Amino acid sequence: MKVVEGVLASNGITIARAYCLESSSFKISKKQINEHSEEISRFQDAIKQAKLEIDQIKERTEMRLGTEKASIFSAQLLILEDPEFIGEVTDKIKSENVNAEYAANVIADKLVSLFEAIENDYMRERATDIRDVTDRLIAILLHVELPNLDLITDEVIIVAEDLTPSVTAQLDKQYIKGFVTNIGGRTSHTAIMARSMGIPAVVGTKNIMEKVKNNDLLIVDGEEGYVIINPTEEKIKEYHEKKKQFELKSEELKKLINTKTVTADGHSIELSANIGTPEEVQNVLEHGAEGIGLYRTEFLYMNRDQLPNEEEQFAAYKRVLEEMKNKPVVIRTLDIGGDKELPYLHFPKEMNPFLGMRAIRYCLENKTVFRTQLRALLRASKFGNLKIMFPMIATLEELREAKQLLQDERDVLLAEGVLLAESIKIGMMIETPASVAMADHFAKEVDFFSIGTNDLIQYTMAADRMNENISYLYQPFNPAILRSISRVIEAAHNEGIRVGMCGEMAGDNLAIPVLLALGLDEFSMSPSSILPARLQLTKLSREMTNLKKELLHLQTAADVHDYLKDHKLLSC
Amino acid sequence: MEECKFIITDPAGIHARPASILVQTANQFVSNIDIVFRERTANLKSIIGVMALGIPVHAVISIRATGADEESAIKAFSEAISEQKLGDRY
Repeated sequence: MKVVEGVLASNGITIARAYCLESSSFKISKKQINEHSEEISRFQDAIKQAKLEIDQIKERTEMRLGTEKASIFSAQLLILEDPEFIGEVTDKIKSENVNAEYAANVIADKLVSLFEAIENDYMRERATDIRDVTDRLIAILLHVELPNLDLITDEVIIVAEDLTPSVTAQLDKQYIKGFVTNIGGRTSHTAIMARSMGIPAVVGTKNIMEKVKNNDLLIVDGEEGYVIINPTEEKIKEYHEKKKQFELKSEELKKLINTKTVTADGHSIELSANIGTPEEVQNVLEHGAEGIGLYRTEFLYMNRDQLPNEEEQFAAYKRVLEEMKNKPVVIRTLDIGGDKELPYLHFPKEMNPFLGMRAIRYCLENKTVFRTQLRALLRASKFGNLKIMFPMIATLEELREAKQLLQDERDVLLAEGVLLAESIKIGMMIETPASVAMADHFAKEVDFFSIGTNDLIQYTMAADRMNENISYLYQPFNPAILRSISRVIEAAHNEGIRVGMCGEMAGDNLAIPVLLALGLDEFSMSPSSILPARLQLTKLSREMTNLKKELLHLQTAADVHDYLKDHKLLSC
Repeated sequence: MEECKFIITDPAGIHARPASILVQTANQFVSNIDIVFRERTANLKSIIGVMALGIPVHAVISIRATGADEESAIKAFSEAISEQKLGDRY
C-alpha cells in the first residue's frame, strides 16, 4: 500500500481499478518476412479492425456530443481507406519484404512530417489525426492495447499525466469513477470539469504515473486529496465506511435543494452555478441552483475545426435559457486566448498569452466573430431570463464599444422584425486590477459586476496560475485580494448594482464567511458546491461588520487564516 | 477530361470535415479525380493528399475528372460544394 498526496480537485470518494492513459510508444523492429502476401493480408485485417474501433468511437461521440464533434472520426476512417497510404505501405511490404508494422510506421512518419511542415496551424494539427490512426493500426498489429477513453466499459479511475479539456469533455460518468493526474491545480480545466461532472479527482500528484500500473486498485479520497494505491483490506473497509458517510451527508444536503438561501440574520443570497455546456443544466437544477452565474461559451468554440455559426449558438443559448425556466442565466461572451487556444483561429504566438490577445480584446478586434455571438444571444433572449456579461474589461472604452456593438445588433434584429426580450441586463467581469481601481466609474455603466477571482488573483499578484513553481502566490486570502473585492462591492452598492463572484473562491467554504461579510450578493460555483454552501450560509450572519473592518486591516494571507480560525469561522 | 474551378468560402479552408466530404464524393466514381491547388496536384480519393495541400479559405482550386463518369463526377462536386457551403463556382 502506498499513499500519494495531491491537490484536491473534486470531492467524493471512489474505489476502483486504475486505467493508465499513457502516451503510446511502441517498440517496432524491422523484420524480414518470407511470404509478403501473408503480411499484406495481416495489414488488411488490421485496417478492418481499426475501422471497427473508430466506428465505435464515432458512434459514441455522435450520441454524446453530436455529429459535428464526431466528424473528425469520419476523416480518420477515410485515412484507413486512403489509396496513397495503403498503396505505399503495401508497396513497401512487397518490395522490401518487411513486416507490416514496420512499413506502416515508416510511411506514417513520412506523412506526419509532411503535415508538420505545412505553414498552417490547423493543418499541422492534422498530423495528430494521422498519428492517432496509424498508432491504432500499429497497436493492433503488435497486439498492444491502446488506451482509449471511449472504449472503456468498466468502472475505472483514470490515471494520466494530464487530461486536455477536450479529452475531459469526453469522459463518461458511467464508467469513469475518478481521475488522478501528475500535473494541474485546483483551478485547472480538468479540476473544474471534474467538479461540474461530480467525479472525484486528485490532481498535481507529480508522480502518480510512475507509481501506478494498469489494474492496480486505487482509492481516490477527494475529501482529503489523497490517492491510496493497492490499499489493505482494512483500508478498503475504512473507505467503504467513509464513502457511506459521504453519501449520507449528500442525502442531508439534498433536502436543501428546493429551499432559498437566507442567512441566519435574514439576508437573501443568490446561489448560482457555473457551466460550460448546455448538457450541464440538468445537473445544475439537481443541485438546487437559483440561476446560472456563469455560462462559459468558449466550450462551444472548442474541440472543433471551425467557428460555430449563429444558428448553432442560438440553439445552445436557447436550450439553456428554456431549461432554466426564467431563472437568471448570465452568459459570458467568448473568453478565448490565455490557456484556451482555438487552432482554427490561428492565434499569433505570444510571449504572455494571459496578458495578450484574449477575451474581449480578441472580440473587439474580430468583430464578425463577436457580432455573430451577440446576434445569437439577442435572439435567444426571449426564451428566458438572459443577462450578458463581457470578460476581461480593462478600460471604459472597451466596455462602451462592446455595449455599442450589442446595441447595433439589437437595432438590426429589431429592424428585421425579430422578437427580443424587452430588456437584457448587461454586466462585466472584474478580473483586471484596472477594473478594480475604476470600479466606481464602471458601476455607472453596467447592471451588475461579477468578480472572476482566478484571473483577478493572478493579475493582482502578477503570478501565472499555471506555473506550479510560484503557486504559493495564488493567495485568495491575501489582504490585497480582500481589499480589491471589498472596494468593488462598495463601488457597486453605491450605484445600487449587485455583485456576484464566479471564480473558484465563491464555492470555497473558507472564503464564504469572508465574502458574505464583505457584502457579496451572489455566489456562483460548481453545481456540486451549491448545497454545502447553502447549508453553511444559513448558519452565518451577514452583519459581521467588525469582521470586515478587522479583516481588511490584516497584513498577510496567513494572518487572515489565523483570524478566521480564532473566530471559529474555519469550522463552518 | 472534365474540369471545374471553385473558390473556397469555408472560413477554415479544406480542413478535416470538407476533405472528408470531397473524398467521399470522389469515391462514388470510377474516374480518376484530381484536385489542384497552387500547381500542386493531389488524388482526390486520398484524404491525406487533400489535407496535405493545406487549402485555406479564399483559395481557388480546380477539380479534374478523367474517365467513364467524368461528367457526372464534376456535377456531383458542384452540388456537394455548394450544399455543404464549402465554396462557390469560380
